[in-house]
Amino acid sequence: MYTEKVMDHFRNPRNVGVIDNADGVGEVGNPVCGDMMTFYIKVKDHTITDVKYQTFGCGAAIAVSSMISELAIGKTLEEASHLTNNMVAEALGGLPEQKYHCSNLGADALHKAIEDYLSKHSDTLLKKENKQGINTTNENGREK
Amino acid sequence: MKRTYFDHAATTPTRPEVLETMLPFFNQQYGNASSLHQEGQAAAQAIERARSQLAALIGASSKEIIFTSGGTESDNTALKGTGVISKKKHLIVSAIEHHAVLFTAKAMEKMGYTLTVLPVDSIGKVDPDSVKKAIQPDTFLISVMLANNEIGTIQPIREISSIAREAGVLMHTDAVQVVGNYPVNVEELGCDMLSLSAHKFYGPKGVGALYVRKGTPIVAWMDGGEQEHGKRSGTYNTPGIVGAGKAAELAMNEMQERITSVKKLRDYLLTELPKRVEDIRINGSLTDRLPNNIHLSVRYVEGESLLLYLDDAGFAVSTGSACSSHSLKISHVLQAIGLDAVASQGSLRITLGQENSREDIDRFLDVLPKVVGDLRAISPLFKSKKQEAR
Ligand code: FES
Repeated sequence: MYTEKVMDHFRNPRNVGVIDNADGVGEVGNPVCGDMMTFYIKVKDHTITDVKYQTFGCGAAIAVSSMISELAIGKTLEEASHLTNNMVAEALGGLPEQKYHCSNLGADALHKAIEDYLSKHSDTLLKKENKQGINTTNENGREK
Repeated sequence: MKRTYFDHAATTPTRPEVLETMLPFFNQQYGNASSLHQEGQAAAQAIERARSQLAALIGASSKEIIFTSGGTESDNTALKGTGVISKKKHLIVSAIEHHAVLFTAKAMEKMGYTLTVLPVDSIGKVDPDSVKKAIQPDTFLISVMLANNEIGTIQPIREISSIAREAGVLMHTDAVQVVGNYPVNVEELGCDMLSLSAHKFYGPKGVGALYVRKGTPIVAWMDGGEQEHGKRSGTYNTPGIVGAGKAAELAMNEMQERITSVKKLRDYLLTELPKRVEDIRINGSLTDRLPNNIHLSVRYVEGESLLLYLDDAGFAVSTGSACSSHSLKISHVLQAIGLDAVASQGSLRITLGQENSREDIDRFLDVLPKVVGDLRAISPLFKSKKQEAR
């Protein structure tokens, strides 16, 4: 049912854990099946230097968290805020149809962590430069 | 890696003796049992033998056995086959029925029947009094399962049957999980109909039966060649039926042994588990329960993840978590017993079989704490719980 990539990230999730003095925290609950994710980010010079997370959810949810953490580390806040659920699913070699909502969960949690950081650092350059702010639509242009 | 199969409620391996009995009926005695020639009659004889083997297992007479394609068809036949010719239009089922009963009843509701779905208590039991209260002048059928496929709770069918009989209402019980694994006697149960399925007791998949007490008003709901005295059309599945008969014979001979062996392992597992893993709860009844069933909730982890980690470690188990189902809904059974969301998401069903051993259980007891620990380490819920404690 899952791709090898998914199983790999599910079996050996990268960057699991909590950042005690995180610069941003994003917590989301899954309205579909009741699961949860919490993302923690560390930011330096508008770049995400570390990501950790905790996930209560299915194999896809865990693999998605792991993949997003890998994708986000080293990206600028702006770049990371444009990471979408589809990009994550693609990086995992695809997800079963009924599991796409789990990838929304991951992207949402990361974006929330970034928003959290930005709300605490309202003087940030990014906010001034990026007038549209954080991308809140997914690739299909639908509101999340 | 050695695989250990702990999912016998889903299906069981076909026993070699059963398979051996079936094989000649594919390409040697391949006649159609409805044909009058020798090939046909040989098949017909084999079917009649299987019929009496199956009847003996449940204390019925051969004439009361209708062969079907399995539990789902048996349940559909019981509900629709009696509903179609009944002038009355109300039926009663329990909230924890298998979907083969529950969804059939709901489909009938859409067709104009009226339906009462009875609640169950926190261990999954139907209160016979609630059945009594639910009966209306228009009620034609009550269908309550003998034992639940998820949590293993055994229902007070004898009491419900006598309430049904007093009220002049037909009584059906889905005994798919029970027949062949635990003693079943239709006279003792007092039911008018009973569903069973061969692959749940070491027989082949794709064959089952509906017991129909003599005199019960029922018609075929599938039209065709009028096999089974017009009650079930379709060419006889001779190899399957012969296999079901053999499986019934083995079950009868080994019944006590089967029960003792799985019960011993089950009880051992039940005493050891709480010592090895914290924050688990056993769901269902501790007394009125199928001897091979263990159903637990491992809090703060999600069932699909748990299942897949256990699969990696060599164990085949099952879960009622929402994430693992296609509908992404928590099992209706766990909802009906009022299990909270976290406990339902972390549900784990282990159903033992006669080929499981004490070593299997010991290995499982070694593996589970590690797997649960890994998943709890990732879980935000487990963390917040620890923080609360601080
Ligand atoms: S987290 Fe529930 S289906 Fe993925």
